[in-house]
Amino acid sequence: MPEHDVLIIGAGLAGQRAALAAAQAGASVAIMSKVHPVRSHSVAAAGGINAAISLDDDWRSHAFDTVKGSDFLGDQDAIEVMCSEAPGEVMHLEHMGVTFHRNEKGEMDLRAFGGASMKRTAYVADITGQALLHVLYEQLMKHHEQVERYEEWFTTSLLIDDAGRCVGVIARDVRSGRMESFLAKNVILACGGAGQAYKPTTNGLIVTGDGIALAYRAGAPLMDMEMVQYHPTCLVESGILITEGARGEGAHLLNANGERFMEKSAPNKMELASRDVVSRAEQIEINEGRGVGPNKAGIYLDVTVVPRKRTLEALREIVNLGRDFAGVDITREPIMIRPGQHYIMGGVKTDIDGRTPIDGLYAAGEVACVSVHGGNRLGANSLLDTLIFGRRAGEHAAARSASMPMPALNTVSRVQADEAGIDAIVRREKGGRRVSEIKDELGETMNRYAAVFRDEQGLQSARETVARLKEEAGSAWIDDRGTVFNQDVLGALELSYMLDCAEAIVLGAIERKESRGAQFRTDYAERDDENWLKHINITATADGPKVSYSPVNITQWEPEERKY
Amino acid sequence: MSSTTTAPRSSVPQAFKLRVRRYDPESGQAAYWDEHEIELEGHRSVLEGILQAKNRFDGSIGIRCSCRQAICGSCGVRINGEPALACHTHLDEAIKSAKDGVIEIEPMGNMPVIKDLIVDMDAVHWKKVRRVTPWLIAKQPVPEREYIVDRESMVDVTQTMACIQCGACVSDCLAMEVDPGFIGPAALAKAYRFVGDPRDDARHVRLNDLSQDPQGIYDCTHCFKCVEACPKDVNPMGQIMRLRRIAGSDEQIVDVNNGHRHEEAFTTLIRDYGLLHEAELLPRSYGGDSWFGKFHPAAGKELLSSLPAIVKAVVKGKVSPTKAIFGHKIAKRDLDSVKRIYERVEGKPQRYELNLYIVGEDE
Repeated sequence: MPEHDVLIIGAGLAGQRAALAAAQAGASVAIMSKVHPVRSHSVAAAGGINAAISLDDDWRSHAFDTVKGSDFLGDQDAIEVMCSEAPGEVMHLEHMGVTFHRNEKGEMDLRAFGGASMKRTAYVADITGQALLHVLYEQLMKHHEQVERYEEWFTTSLLIDDAGRCVGVIARDVRSGRMESFLAKNVILACGGAGQAYKPTTNGLIVTGDGIALAYRAGAPLMDMEMVQYHPTCLVESGILITEGARGEGAHLLNANGERFMEKSAPNKMELASRDVVSRAEQIEINEGRGVGPNKAGIYLDVTVVPRKRTLEALREIVNLGRDFAGVDITREPIMIRPGQHYIMGGVKTDIDGRTPIDGLYAAGEVACVSVHGGNRLGANSLLDTLIFGRRAGEHAAARSASMPMPALNTVSRVQADEAGIDAIVRREKGGRRVSEIKDELGETMNRYAAVFRDEQGLQSARETVARLKEEAGSAWIDDRGTVFNQDVLGALELSYMLDCAEAIVLGAIERKESRGAQFRTDYAERDDENWLKHINITATADGPKVSYSPVNITQWEPEERKY
Repeated sequence: MSSTTTAPRSSVPQAFKLRVRRYDPESGQAAYWDEHEIELEGHRSVLEGILQAKNRFDGSIGIRCSCRQAICGSCGVRINGEPALACHTHLDEAIKSAKDGVIEIEPMGNMPVIKDLIVDMDAVHWKKVRRVTPWLIAKQPVPEREYIVDRESMVDVTQTMACIQCGACVSDCLAMEVDPGFIGPAALAKAYRFVGDPRDDARHVRLNDLSQDPQGIYDCTHCFKCVEACPKDVNPMGQIMRLRRIAGSDEQIVDVNNGHRHEEAFTTLIRDYGLLHEAELLPRSYGGDSWFGKFHPAAGKELLSSLPAIVKAVVKGKVSPTKAIFGHKIAKRDLDSVKRIYERVEGKPQRYELNLYIVGEDE
């Protein structure tokens, strides 16, 4: 049975950064992912990464923008850590080889982004996530002797010992179908969000809430799960993301009357208000009949106001996306977009070193809730979050490993249990619904009731639907009876992960009877600091999910009215 | 880059037939074809078509996929025989190249098939990437802040950074088909990402390594397959040619494979004769412009080993013996034009071939 000091689940930016940090701290490290690391969804992050590297910038300004963006739900101690460490981290990545765009002086160039009080976003054209991810993978190849890679291994459960500590995982080799247990002194979850619980979503098909659900099942509390970000600019039909970098470069949002409607809700920042504000403004235009296109369900994003040469150089990827996925040359005509599910601010509750309340279990990146994003994440803060807290979790886990023995646990029966669970799905008779049908209904339900605007009635209906889908998933059948690359059976497991995440999202949204950040309740339209300036935690118990609260950590910025 | 706007799209789903190459390693049976009819709007992707078939009819169809937007690089396949990303190919385009009205989807080539459309990329593609020392060897001392480098140099290497490692170029690399050990287009494009990076300290070592390796940069046969296959305009062959020029001309690397001289021979022959002078190629490759090159032992050896190919070419009428031996004649006026092109290109004070990520035109 493989044994490692630090075992990381997920090989996107948070996971790879954690692996490198732990290896450099001298730990024996392994990183496991259900896909090849460069396929991880961090690859799709486009616009850039925030850091106060400009000499006339100050990390406190970045921190305040982040606090304000979070609608004061973010924990300010964590935000201070992230923003103060950002410049060093970005420089470190530059030294590793990230090809950051330069200005005429040869220094790193910065672009404007939503909710930021100055240009603070370093970028590589509009493939920043890809550039970062591939450079980190270069480093993993370089450090192959220190970091073991389990590529295409699917985690089925966390190993929790009798003392309640996390001591490893059970996983299935996707290629052979073989189940194996892995012992580890510390496990770091870095497996991203749960966007596929929504349909449509900007997130890749692999983003199925695995880590959130694994931790939830192991008894870890999930925090702020109701805070689901809708990105303001997604292609109307496919939900594919158009980077905020477009608005950062100056693109406008227009309604059917050709009006820049953002001046109503954000007269100063206009299109560069925070994402929750822009998405709501768009949805209001659409709901009130001022949308464009078929069914008036879209809004125009006009990139033609950006000089064409600049667009072709700095926004090349969305030029391609517009051409290939919407049939529009964005340098010559506006493109139709709308808000779409993009990111989950909530996740597994951690401290600033990535520790969850379960001993030996860490989480970093979108899977985690530190919380630096609170009610709404600023664009270009997610890459930063993955790197800073990935590194911190890796370092902390490595240091902790140095002073503890390798856990001992007889895992035979647990491996058999997971194996039996999978066999049972494979052998199910055709009778109930297909996994894919249930997944579609889940996605549509969430996108209808747990979206930009929410109310009690809709959320209750979502809760009932999710509960019913959970029942149905118990008998859902699949076609593939094989073991080699049986993606069908993994799809059934992913569905169960997504259903757990959806349950927590809906419960959180029902619980929070106010409007803050991404949670806008039409039946409680105001922010209510007196009663709801607190985190909502959801813990799985034998009697079902249990709700509790934890305070928001305020260091230097008292809540105030949010205006852009 | 296309700048034309496509016509408004139909929102009416239509039927498409997909023929998917299936292989189940556990069945003990050979690969076979499997057909499904799906219904989608024409501008939807082949991947969406496959997923519909998977979700509605047969969940056991194996294909790696995730982002659906040509950035994760998972869904490299062959569509109607050509390498492509399934998510990046529209159904209505794919149907145009379908030979019998059925869109044919197969696994990529040059890599072993694991199951259905899933190939073993690690055994081929990633192994080759690892061959080129794929990480930055940073110039020392590492600055406190960022390295100060030319704005254009970063845009330049970003073009190869934009490679999504999908394997489409590897799939149809003709040189690799003949010589599986060839480092290949994707890995060599990755190598350029470091050679072209002003922060890298190992440029000469890298280039020397890739020049001296008989399966390195001179093993490419210049067939353009990878250029056509690449869904991200990385232009792998272009990167290989740049590696050659930098190695041969700038770094003055004389390779044991004689690759640089061979390439020079082509260039100078066209300059001197306007057309390729086949009989001169070998001597010139080994002796440069020197008359003694004709007697280079290696040239004789290579001539001998090439004889079967030469005879075959003559028999098939691809080469005319007289012209090959005595040279093709073209009109003096045309030859002068050819020479003027050389003067113009070679007369430039510096070789300008920055690989601009996008050469945008201001209007």
